[in-house]
Amino acid sequence: MSGCNSVKKLRYDILLIAVLLFVSALSVALMLVFRRGGDRVAVEIDGSLVCEYSLAENGEYPLNGGTNILVIENGKAYLRYADCPDKVCVNTGKISYVGQTIVCLPNRVAVTVIGGGGVDIVQ
Amino acid sequence: MSKNKKIALLSMCACLAMLLSFVESRIPPLTAIPGIKMGLANIAVMFTLYKLGTREAMAVSAIRVVLIALLFGSAVSFLYSLAGAVLSFAVMLLVRRVKLFSEVGVSVAGGVCHNIGQIAMACILLETNVIVYYLPFLLLSGTVTGVLIGVTSALLIKRIKIK
Repeated sequence: MSGCNSVKKLRYDILLIAVLLFVSALSVALMLVFRRGGDRVAVEIDGSLVCEYSLAENGEYPLNGGTNILVIENGKAYLRYADCPDKVCVNTGKISYVGQTIVCLPNRVAVTVIGGGGVDIVQ
Repeated sequence: MSKNKKIALLSMCACLAMLLSFVESRIPPLTAIPGIKMGLANIAVMFTLYKLGTREAMAVSAIRVVLIALLFGSAVSFLYSLAGAVLSFAVMLLVRRVKLFSEVGVSVAGGVCHNIGQIAMACILLETNVIVYYLPFLLLSGTVTGVLIGVTSALLIKRIKIK
């Protein structure tokens, strides 16, 4: 590889990185600007909608026969317990904006915040 | 290179890829977003790709995915890692074929596509598209880790001589 060629390659590398960073930063920014608070969470198990809970009421609900425990507290939802080893869903934290999701892949459970007019993904 | 030497080298690369995967699985996640990780194993795959060839790198990647799933994973984790590995490897080959990018560009493309592959597989398995929400964050993390892995790989590819 000649010196000139590698400089040219470096330039394309930087271009690629810049484009990717720009696209991802832009979409993150758009997501933050256009997000709005939801009023319910939808619980999906195995891809089908199982039930919805209002974010206005505090409560604790076992999901999927107790593999995960959903807690709603002060307008925010989070999973307090999961029986899987990775605990990704528990570590996801609290969600309250439309489109935000907590996913437990091993148990195939997804909890999504939805607004007044059905599922609305903010991107 | 003699056949025996090649077999030994390939085994070492496959072993390294597995070890790096394992080491990475021991590091606790930094963020709440699932799928963000360093992709250390890609160092071994990149090294094999540039030093030994395409088919050899494919073998190293496949061996890593299968063995890691058998040793530490489940059927579900196997599908995720397979989706990520297949897509990222295919795109890395394409990007390399274009001859416009250095190791860093190839690795960045690989890192980003690994994440896209996993999200796509999650959408298929969970039969929901809500996780697309994670995509911008995964693009960002894939780019950053891709640069780090690419720089590391480029150094190793340059410094380690194979006769």
